[in-house]
Amino acid sequence: MYAQMVDTGLKQVAEATGMSPEESAFQARVDADVKVEPKDWMPEAYRRTLVRQIQQHAHSEIVGMLPEGNWVTRAPSLKRKAILMAKIQDEGGHGLYLYSAAETLGVSRDNLIDDLHAGRSKYSSIFNYPTLNWADIGAIGWLVDGAAIMNQIPLCRCSYGPYARAMVRICKEESFHQRQGFDIMLAMCRGTPEQKAMAQDSLDRWWWPSLMMFGPSDAESVHSAQSMRWKIKLLSNDELRQRFVDQTVPQAEFLGLRVPDPELRWNDERGHYDVGTIDWKEFQDVLRGHGPCNRDRIRTRTKAWEDGEWVREAAVAHARKRAERAARAAA
Amino acid sequence: MTSEWPLWEVFIRSQHGLAHKHAGSLHAPDAEMAVRNARDVYTRRNEGVSIWVVRSSDVVASSPGDREALFDPAQSKVYRHPTFFPMPDEVKHI
Repeated sequence: MYAQMVDTGLKQVAEATGMSPEESAFQARVDADVKVEPKDWMPEAYRRTLVRQIQQHAHSEIVGMLPEGNWVTRAPSLKRKAILMAKIQDEGGHGLYLYSAAETLGVSRDNLIDDLHAGRSKYSSIFNYPTLNWADIGAIGWLVDGAAIMNQIPLCRCSYGPYARAMVRICKEESFHQRQGFDIMLAMCRGTPEQKAMAQDSLDRWWWPSLMMFGPSDAESVHSAQSMRWKIKLLSNDELRQRFVDQTVPQAEFLGLRVPDPELRWNDERGHYDVGTIDWKEFQDVLRGHGPCNRDRIRTRTKAWEDGEWVREAAVAHARKRAERAARAAA
Repeated sequence: MTSEWPLWEVFIRSQHGLAHKHAGSLHAPDAEMAVRNARDVYTRRNEGVSIWVVRSSDVVASSPGDREALFDPAQSKVYRHPTFFPMPDEVKHI
């Protein structure tokens, strides 16, 4: 997902017997669906895990602007260009909501950004794939944002107030992203054979990475179990992935596209689609920095940050000068 | 490296007649830029007709530890709600 394999720093799920009175009271409030707010007492591991998770999520939003930015100057019409810019601006906004939520946990914005640029903090594997043809912009909205919505809607109910509120705002906007993506796919699938072939090529390349976004099965993971007890993860990776496949396959059929999985079959008994084996080695490679675009993404991000430094400095100098002038006038 | 821009809390009034409501926070070098940034970050879809920004460091908040002392006394004063007083069915417009 936008935050993948988040480490809780714990070796086992915290059990009621080993808890301090504060921890027990905290868990009881989480169990009763009372939201945790910034100034409330919280276990240090909960705070650290949330920082990691929200930070990864925020980084994914702003790194996610890069593959799409690749097509702003080459969008096929002014209408598509305006829509794409609005979507990219939304992603920037989503990053800002999330960084603010992370900051309520006592970390600084600059440190969060530093962690990303120095490679200490991850972002979603999906944004390390290139956008090679215009249909990729469609596929990203339809599949990548579609997968993100699957994960983000349950997170609107998560235990940490500022994160839940950021998610509500993001979910409202995300549905535009998914629909504009599907709209691009629809236009291409109803277009010339060449356009349809581009749409198919795009689905062929984005399908598996989209399924990988949900992360490997976490049925056995201590971190996931603990995150679920804390209600900062609401559904398992496999559950979310299954929902995504079940809702997306009929949409692909409507487009007249072939999902690139020869083992994909409707299972009447389970009431779900069965999918083929996911190549988790590829996922791990991408997470370790060996995806097609990892280096390029971080290079672009770091350059944008460094190139903007003089602007940030000038804004501070200007604000200081005006404050001093106002103070002198008042004296 | 420059010092981080201060944090501002953003309040948006969604339509005429409603109160400003907390929308979120953002960093900006001064109040004017905070309003401009708030416009881009929090009102991309006609969410607002008015923006307030307040430096986060100027917000004074109650402490979670005082929750019971501050808010529990109201719980026993149910007579403050109109539903506390049953009205006979025959009595109208009250």
